[in-house]
Order: sequence, then C-alpha cells, then structure tokens
Amino acid sequence: MRLFGVRLPMMSSLILWCVLWEVAGRLDLVFLLPPFSAVLVAMTEIVPTAGFLRATWLTLGCFALGMALAVLVGVPLGVLMGRSRAADRLLGLWVNLFLSAPLSALVPILMILFGLGTTTIVATVFLFAVWIITLDTQAGVRSVAPSLLEMARTYGAGRVALYRRVILPAALPEILAGVRLGVIRGVKGVVIGQLLVSIVGYGALFELYSRSFLMEEFWALTILLFAFALVLADLVGRLEKRVEFYAGAR
Amino acid sequence: MIQAMEAERPAPAAEGAVPAVEVRGLSKTYNGGVLALDDVDAVFPQGALTSLLGPSGCGKTTLLKIVAGLLPASEGEVRVMGRAVDGPGPERAFVFQDFALLPWATVLRNAAFGLELRGVPEAEREAAARRCIAEVGLAGTEGRYPHELSGGMRQRVGLARALAVDADVLLMDEPFSAVDEQTRRKFQEDLLRLRGVERKTFIVVTHSIEEAVYLSDRIILLSPGPGRVARIVEPEIDRTLSPEAIRRDPHYLETVEDIWQGLRDFVE
Repeated sequence: MRLFGVRLPMMSSLILWCVLWEVAGRLDLVFLLPPFSAVLVAMTEIVPTAGFLRATWLTLGCFALGMALAVLVGVPLGVLMGRSRAADRLLGLWVNLFLSAPLSALVPILMILFGLGTTTIVATVFLFAVWIITLDTQAGVRSVAPSLLEMARTYGAGRVALYRRVILPAALPEILAGVRLGVIRGVKGVVIGQLLVSIVGYGALFELYSRSFLMEEFWALTILLFAFALVLADLVGRLEKRVEFYAGAR
Repeated sequence: MIQAMEAERPAPAAEGAVPAVEVRGLSKTYNGGVLALDDVDAVFPQGALTSLLGPSGCGKTTLLKIVAGLLPASEGEVRVMGRAVDGPGPERAFVFQDFALLPWATVLRNAAFGLELRGVPEAEREAAARRCIAEVGLAGTEGRYPHELSGGMRQRVGLARALAVDADVLLMDEPFSAVDEQTRRKFQEDLLRLRGVERKTFIVVTHSIEEAVYLSDRIILLSPGPGRVARIVEPEIDRTLSPEAIRRDPHYLETVEDIWQGLRDFVE
C-alpha cells in the first residue's frame, strides 16, 4: 500500500485500528473497551503466570491431539469415500450434514459423554475439524486423473503402491487444503470447547476474567487466541503452496 | 474349456512364427449393453509397427486397452507371445494419450516410475531411465518437472518410461494427438528411427490416415458401431527415403487415398 507516495509496510493498516482502539478506550465510552495499551500491558502480565502457561499447554495439547485424530480419521475416510461409490452413498449425507451443522450445539452432549475435562475438548476439536478434511480428501481422490490410475496399473502397481505413490500424492494439495480449513475450524473447536466446559484451560481463564470484569486481561487473551489461529492457518497455507508448486499444472 | 486347453498349449518352436500379440474372437460390451467390439481377430507380428486406424467410435482404443489388460474382454482372448493374458504384464508397456505423468515428480523419476513400481533399486532404475531419456532426445531435462515441459516433450517422457521397463510390446494410444503438428512430425520421424534401433513390437492407435501410412508396417482398419476389422493394409513404404521424400512418394499418397476412400463410407 502507498500513502502520499510513501510505501507502507504490510499490516500498517493494523496500526490505524490500534490507534482507533486506543482513542476509543481513552474516551472511556464503554467499560468493556479498555485502551489498547492497557490490553498490551495486561498481555505481558498474564503471559508469564502459571495459570496462563498451564492453560496454554492444555490448549495446545488438546488441539494437537484433536487435530491428529481428525487427520487420522478424516483422510482415510475421505479416501474411502473417494474410491468407493457405496461408501460415498452410505456416509456422504452424514459428512455433509455435520460439515454445515452448528456443532457447538453438540458440545453439551460431548460433556455428558466424556465429562467436564480435556477429553471433551479433544472431542470438540475433532468434531469441528474432521468433516472438512474428509470432504476435501474425497474431492482430491476423485479428481486424480483416470490415466494416472491406468498408468499405475499397466506398470504393475500393487494396491499399496497405487495409494502410496499415486493416489495420495496426487490428492495431497486438496488434502492439505482440507487440513488448513480443519485447523481453522479446530481452533474454533478448542476455544468453544473450553468456553463451554469452562473449568479448565482458557475457558476457566475467560470465565474468571469476564466474571471479574477484568477486561484488559479478557482482550489480551482474545487477541492471543486470534493470533494463534492465524499463525497456524498461515503455516499450513505455506506448506500447501509448496505442494501446489510440485503438483504444477494439473 | 477349449480356451483353457489352448492356453496351456506350448508356443511353437519357431521364434518368428509366434505373433507378439494375437487377439481372437474379441468382443466387448460395455455396461449398459453398448457393443464396442464385435468378434475381432487380429495379429500383431513381432518387430512390426501395426496401427489401429478408424473413425471415432470404432473401438480402437478399447481394443488397445483390452490388449494392455486395462479392460476385461467380454468374449474372446488376447495372447501375448503365445500366452493367454487377462491383465497387465511386464511384457507390455503403455504410452498414454494425455501422457499420464506424475506432476509432482521430475522427468527422471517419471521415466523410472515403471521400474520403481517393479521394485528395481534406485541406482539401477535411474541409470536405465537416464539412458532412455537420452534415447528420446531429452538429455539434460532429468531434473525438470512435467509442467515445465512442452506437450511434445512430455510425451517423450511417457515414451522414455515405456522404453525403460524394456517391454517387448509398446502400446501407444493416440500418442501424437495432444501435441502440435510440427512436434508431431518430428516425433513420428523419431519413432521410426527408434523402431529401427529397438527390436520391439509397436501397436499404435491413431485416427490420422497419413500418420498410419507413414509409420506402419501393417494397418488394421476398424469400422465403427460395433467395431469390426474392416480391412488390413500393408503400406510397404520405402523407409530408406528421407521423411520429406516419403511424404511426396506416389505410392505413399496412393495408399493414403485408397484408405480414405474405404473409410469415407463409415464417416458419411
């Protein structure tokens, strides 16, 4: 972006919004909105606390476990649905249903099933992330060129080689796109899960901050979570671009 | 029962007598009852280049894919070097119309992919692939990716892959149809040169009469709906002539015209 002939660095529009926030906070319009600088100060205060670190580890752990499960289930399920018409007919309806359903409504049921603890949070991450991974994998597997499959057969590929050396690499760009979208949904899952469970991790912190009207801390935590989601999605996006390059003109 | 007994019969002793590929009584009905091939008999002699020529819908690609073992025949049998086959095998290699290259793999890995699938050690298969890449005139491109190559170059990689597995029979499904005319002519000349060097049997599907006459020792003309063998032509072109001289040769032009007159009835 250029302003008065000066080239501005990326994200400089963010500074403008931060200044606006600071001014609005200083004007003391609503008590919900403290000045941005106060939020930054609160951020430096809460980050080193034991409670915050514990919550961070718990969140990261639940997120990683839930995502790993989502990939481990979503990719094979998508491959199955991509390769078998019968599996697609049997499962496609449900996958599509869960993809668009408001899954937060199911979290209370997960709480009954798995208790008010980390298992429920892991299950929420999984439930949020798995369907888009499944559907994108299916789309990727379906779009593998038929001639590539024939090529593998004429050169004597066995079942394992066919999947490992042809189908999975060919579908990799779509699988990674699914994982990236899954990561974004998974972050929502890990936050919503913790908010609803609300006695562990960030959920407990949010509960504490909002109940005590500690708005600086509340916003600090919110900003950190947003940044976490963005960074993760960006990382998968970078990986995706590299793969797209190798997949070249398809 | 009779077919099973025939399958066990040993091949005749005389080498030259066994056709590389032979199809007998081949019929193919697609799901939904469309008859694509009807009782086709054909012989593809060893070391010869045979074209399958016909208008679209005559089942020439279907026939090639059955020979390749990619499609099951509804009736009849395919024999390769005297042995009945019902699936792909290492003695046949396929060259695809759309090249069928792995977009994420380099030219070298693509050319070596047939050997990779057969479990040949990396050093050995890459040596073989390098040799074949050089043979099709692509030396120096080993590290490049398919999307960095032109259509003609991509098809050469497909050809190198087929040569690398050292199959006796090369099956080519309209190998030149997706490349431009200049590349196509060069490729045809190279294929003829290659035929002289490699003692292999070529079966080439094409819809171009000129291409078939220019390249082939034998042309099997198929008629459409359902596919049947209409005629067999042996062009007997003097291949010692230069490519330009062949394309002006009266005998060549006569053969093209003759085949066109025959095919005309099917098209109209």
